[in-house]
Parts: sequence; C-alpha cells; structure tokens
Amino acid sequence: MAPDLPPVVESPGAILSSNTMGVTMSILSRTLALATSAVIAAATLTGPATAQDATGQQLYPLFTYRTGPYAPSFIPFGAGNIDYLRYVNEVEGGVNGVKILIQECETAYTIERGIECYERYKGGFNGALTAAIYPHSSGLDVALTDKARLDKIPIVSPGGGQNIATDGRVFPYQFPLIFDYWSEAQIIVDYIAQQAGGYDKLKGVKIATLYHDSGYGRDTIEPLGILAKKYGFEDIQIPVPHPGEQQQAQWQQIRRAGADWVFLRGWGVMTPVAIKTAARVGFPADRIIGDIWSGSEDDARPAGAAAKGYLAVSVFPPGTDYGILKTLKEKIVDAGRSDLKDNSKFGTVYYNYGVIEAITFVEALRTGQKKFGNRPLTAEEGQWALENLNIDQKRIAELGAEGLISPLKTTIDNHKGETIAAKIIQWNGETWDTRTDWIKADAPLFADVIKAKAAAYAAEKGITPRQDASN
Amino acid sequence: MTTLQDTLPDTGPAAPILSNAALLRLAVVAAGLVVAFGIVPAVATDYWLSSIIIPTVVMGLAGISLNLLQGYAGLVSLGSAAFMSVGVFSAYNLILRVPGLPLPAVLLLSGLIAAAVGVFFGLPALRFRGFYLGASTLGAQFFFPWLFTNYPWFSNDSQSLTISAPRLEFLGYDLQSPVGRYLFVATVTALLIGLAFLVVRSRLGREWMAIRDQETAASVLGIRVARRKLQAYAISSFFLGITGVLWGFAYLGTADAHTYNLDKSFQVLFIVLIGGTATIFGNFLGAAFIVLTPILLDHLVLAANIAYLSDQGAITNLQRVIFGAIIIFILIKEPDGLSAWIRRGAEALRARPKT
Repeated sequence: MAPDLPPVVESPGAILSSNTMGVTMSILSRTLALATSAVIAAATLTGPATAQDATGQQLYPLFTYRTGPYAPSFIPFGAGNIDYLRYVNEVEGGVNGVKILIQECETAYTIERGIECYERYKGGFNGALTAAIYPHSSGLDVALTDKARLDKIPIVSPGGGQNIATDGRVFPYQFPLIFDYWSEAQIIVDYIAQQAGGYDKLKGVKIATLYHDSGYGRDTIEPLGILAKKYGFEDIQIPVPHPGEQQQAQWQQIRRAGADWVFLRGWGVMTPVAIKTAARVGFPADRIIGDIWSGSEDDARPAGAAAKGYLAVSVFPPGTDYGILKTLKEKIVDAGRSDLKDNSKFGTVYYNYGVIEAITFVEALRTGQKKFGNRPLTAEEGQWALENLNIDQKRIAELGAEGLISPLKTTIDNHKGETIAAKIIQWNGETWDTRTDWIKADAPLFADVIKAKAAAYAAEKGITPRQDASN
Repeated sequence: MTTLQDTLPDTGPAAPILSNAALLRLAVVAAGLVVAFGIVPAVATDYWLSSIIIPTVVMGLAGISLNLLQGYAGLVSLGSAAFMSVGVFSAYNLILRVPGLPLPAVLLLSGLIAAAVGVFFGLPALRFRGFYLGASTLGAQFFFPWLFTNYPWFSNDSQSLTISAPRLEFLGYDLQSPVGRYLFVATVTALLIGLAFLVVRSRLGREWMAIRDQETAASVLGIRVARRKLQAYAISSFFLGITGVLWGFAYLGTADAHTYNLDKSFQVLFIVLIGGTATIFGNFLGAAFIVLTPILLDHLVLAANIAYLSDQGAITNLQRVIFGAIIIFILIKEPDGLSAWIRRGAEALRARPKT
C-alpha cells in the first residue's frame, strides 16, 4: 500500500499552500485527508496486538454478500448459519467445548473481494484457527481452487461446488458437498418417471429444459442427453439469455414443441418471469419443475397466482417442523439472539440452507476432534475431517434434522457424499408443501464420466492424483 | 529534493534547472524501479501481494489502456472488459494448443489478437462520435460473453465454462507463488508503462491529442484522422488484452465470460475519471482508490470493533454509502482526478522557495 497512498494524504496540504483554493475547499480537503489517514492508520493497526486474543477458538470466516444484487438471498442464508453456530456456542457450550468464532467478510458476491477475504482469513485470526473456508459462491470456489491447493486449505461449497471436484484424488482440498446438477437432472427424470408410471413409460415423453445461458445453466445438457438416450424421452434444450426478463419466444417454442414437462434451470429474476410467461401461454405450473436455485419462496412468490402448483427440487427443505428448527426457535429466535431482522424468514429455503451448511461445518469439526482431540482443528486436520464425514441416519436423528438432511458420507474418492438425494416440493400459493420423500440419485450412473473429466483436468494442469489419504 | 531547491538561485530558471529536472525524473524512475522490484517483493506479505498490490497494479494498467484511447485520443469505449476477456481467452488457448510457446510470446500474441478485435469494434469511430460510438464498444461487451458461453471450445469444453490459469513459468522459473506472480505483473506493467510513454510522446500521441482537441483542425493540418483513430483502438486494446491475461492468470487464477462483464468496464472507466484523464500514473491512483477504499473501510470497521454495536447488514451497507460519497466528493472537488493533486503538489513544492 505504501507506494500509492501517501500522495493522497499529503496532497491536501499542498492544495492549502497554493492560494487559489477557497476556505471551504481547504476545510473539506482537510476533513477528507483526516478521514483517509484515520482509515489507513486503523487499517495498519489491525492485527493481533490490538484485538482480543482468540486462541483456543475455531474460526468460521463467514463470507457474506449483504450488499449487491444477491443480498436478499444471503440475508436469511447467513442468518441460518449464524443462528445455528450461536446455538452451538451458547447452548451447547461449543463443539466439545471449543467455541466457534464467526468473522464476517463482505464479498458483495464478487470474486475480487472474495479473494481478499480468503487471503485475510486463510491463516486464522487472532489465534483462532481456520479449518475450512466456505466461499458461498461457485465462481469464487473455482477461483480459489489453485490457491487452496497451494495453501492446503479446504474449500467447501454445499450445493454449489464443482462437480469434477467430487474426485478427491485430483482435488484434495475441494468439497462440493451434498449436491450437483447432474444428479439433479437424474432426480427430475426419476420423478417424471414416477408420475408416468415407470421408466418404461418415458418413451416419447417430451422434457424441455429451459436454462439460464451460462456455465451453470448449460451444465445439465450433457447428463440429460445421456438420460434421454437411455430412457427414450425427447430432450429439448432452450436457452434464456441473462437476466431473462423476456421469455415469450422461449415459451412459445415450448408450446409448439408440445413439451410435457419443463425443467426450469433459472437464476434470479428468470424464475418468476418463466412461471408468469408459462401461465400466459397456458402451460400448467404443476408441470414445471424448478432447479434448486429456482425453488425458494422468493422465486415463486413474485409470480403471484401463476405460481400455484409450481414444483421445485429441494435439497434444503423449507419448513419449521424439524427438531433442530424448533430448538433454534426456542433458544435463539425467541430469545432475541437471532441474526434475522424479519422473523418471517425463519424456516424458509435459504434459512434452512444456512442451518444445513452450519451443520456440515460443526459435524466436520466433531469428526476431526474424534481423531485429533477436543481442540481447534488446523486446515490440514479440517481436510481429513471433511474427507471422513459420516452423518448417518442415527446422527441425523440426534441432531434433530430428520427430513432436513439426507445421509452424507464422504471418502477420498467422493468429496460430494456417496448418496445424493433431493425432495420435490410444491408451491401452494403461500408456502412450499413437500411432495415426495428423499429421491436418491443413481450415483454410479455418471461416476465414470465425472472421473474421466477430473482425469482430463489433472492432465491439463499437470497434477498427479493422490494414491492414498495422505496429502 | 529540499537541498536541491535550497541551492536554487532566486534569479529564476536557467539552463541547469532543466537538466536538474531531467535528473530528478531519472531518479524518480530509478526509485520507482527499486521499490517495485526490490522493496515490495522483499517486504510485502502474501496477503498484501495477492489481494491488494496485484489487483491495484493490474487495474491501474487497465486504466492506462483506456486512458490512451479516451484521455489522449478523445474516443469512447464501454467495452474495456470485453477486450480484456479476448486477451485472456486467447492466451489460454495459445498455451493449451501451441505447446512450448514462451510466456512473452503468448502475451504479445494475445495483445495482438485483442488489438485486431479492438480495430474491428473501433470501425464505427470513423462515422460516429461520442455516445453513439459507446454503443458499438458496448456491443463487444455483449458479444464476447455470448461467444465464450455458446462455444465451449474456447474454454476447452470445461464443465463450468471457466478457464483455469495454466502453470505460469518463464525460463524455467516458476511464477506460481505470490511473489512470482507479483514480479510477472510488475515486469509486464513496467514495460507497458514505458511503451505508453513512448506512444504518448511520439508523433502518434501528439496527433491523437490534436484530434481530441479539434478534429476538423487536425484533418486540415493533414493528420490522417481515420487511421489515427483505428490505431488508438488497436493500441488501447493491445494493452487491454495483456491486462486481461494478468487479471485472469496472475490475479484471479481463473476466468470466464462473466468475470469481464460490464461492471468491470465501468470500473476501468471510473479509474480513468478518478485518476485523471490524459495521465499515465494517475491511473494507479484511481485504481488504488477503487480497489482499496472498500477494503480499507472494512478494515476500519474491524479495527474499531463496532460490529457489535449495530447490525452487521447496516454496517456493510453503510460502507458502500461512504464509498459512494467519497467518489462524489472527489468528482466535485477534483474534476481533473487525483493526479491533479500530485501535479499541484509538485508545483507548490517548486514555488515554495520563491515565496
């Protein structure tokens, strides 16, 4: 910082000495100079010396986007995270006595600010150790891949990681936990087959995928192609350019093609616009199945009456009837300790997503502590813990999370979780109703394709895959 | 510097002063090089290099690129980020598909490809002026994300359409570490700053300024306006292409079509506005301001420990408000940008012995 900043601070003085400036100007300049130097002084002072010592605590760097276009989804999501960790800290007394220190860092959902946050907290904070980093952005997850490999810091992205990083031999430090879009495509086809009365009835069924034209949206083209070949349904792919505020042409195309089902892979404003346009062209809402990012309250509600009956895939089931949610309500929300400003967000898709994510972090800490002792974990130990997670049905019951999460077991060969599952939920005009129990994805179906993609990545980057769990 | 001025005679400027000024300039350049290549890599931590210094330097370079076009030649561009993305995708494919190509050649070729693209999108400059011209470069800003999204060939069929930085090395020296990446950025930047000065001080640069100030007069003087305008787009895009490679490979470590979006183009534009038009070093002030102020504000909040006093969401949003207020303040009080401060400061220093 030194080479660039001093002129900014010194120059107002220089301005004062040239007599051309008015008095007001010099006062303003002086104020600005003072403010700038205060900021710089404060920034340089920031360090272990001035802040409270946090040795013995586990750091949880919370990457936030409370500003920017995606802030509305972060606010309940962040609150779910914070509330669960507060519950663990204040009610349970920490994870086996180890308190979790939450440090927020605002990324505004940009990669640049995210990298700054990563660099700021990768080495811990005031003595509190970093065991893992949750970047909360698929783009940032990708951007951190090489850095994290070098720094040996686990990067965890529940529901939003890179599918090829499932292969822990090529990606020791990436954890795309819980879900991927290929499994999602397969779950959708499974649900449609159930409705049709079996996989053999899929022949001739027309499934149109309306996707956000981006890497995220295009990700399901390949798996649906494979599935269409396998089951004989007709696969129709229709892109919507970002942001997707105009979809008349696409929905006319869906009507003309005579599609039976629409798989809606939306993002942001694209989802409500799709639901409304579907109603306008007369396509029934209960034949549209939204992607996990098209399945929150804020995706359905803006579409108004048109959204009634709309379906969506859910790995973060909404609702307040789960044991852990009831506990959080009693001990945190009702006690006035919640991060939520608007309590109507309690139990929404994004709030529960936050709770589920925090559970994965806390359970990873427990797993690691079993091996390394009841103390804060280092990043290397965090990597081991995340690679040996096993949240089975028994543990889920103990957590009071039955119905909220499905079993999650990771290994060196599977950094995502061996069993991928999702529910189908339906919008009743006010809230989401759960339509199905967990639908399990056929994990081995795509395993070889993903493995081959990881191998190609390794070859391109000159990476030698790990042979065993040591790293 | 003070001793120099103390010894100045009061009789006014004479021949020795000129050579002194030249010496001073040389000393400043030498000091700059010592700081950039000696002190910074030795002193700065990984945090400073990776998240503060590298982005500031690269964005400063982006500012220079646009300033050549906008500040010196008086042309408009809203597609800076698109030309950056052309650079990074070119570099990625060159490294991938032409094995053994040395890094400097990759950079040069990527710059040239971006330059060709820049000339193409600059063609309307021969007919349009001002805002209408902006629309053409804005077209580039929409065309390239579409191209890189719809033709996965450009990202080697990557699943997320994202390209990942290849291993950077030069003459067997590994540039992967923060210091390595910094030295890579600093070297390229120093060379491009030199080139920018050469261009600006050459006949080409003077003719740009003539066109900028009075196009009709310039053409009456025999300046070939059309050719000079296209050259401005070519050179600016050449710079931007290389800047894009640095941003993707030396800073982010990744790139996709949306990394270089319209927001980034506006950011480059603001760097030019805040740093000052028709300057070279002012761009680094502008970049430092744009990149660092939000981070400094965040550190200030952290240091002041006020997070517990109020709601975190309000504090985060307040930082944005303050940032915006500072920008408005600067634009009102310093329409010529932050570089005017340095210039005035230098003038004041020079004037002091006389008073």
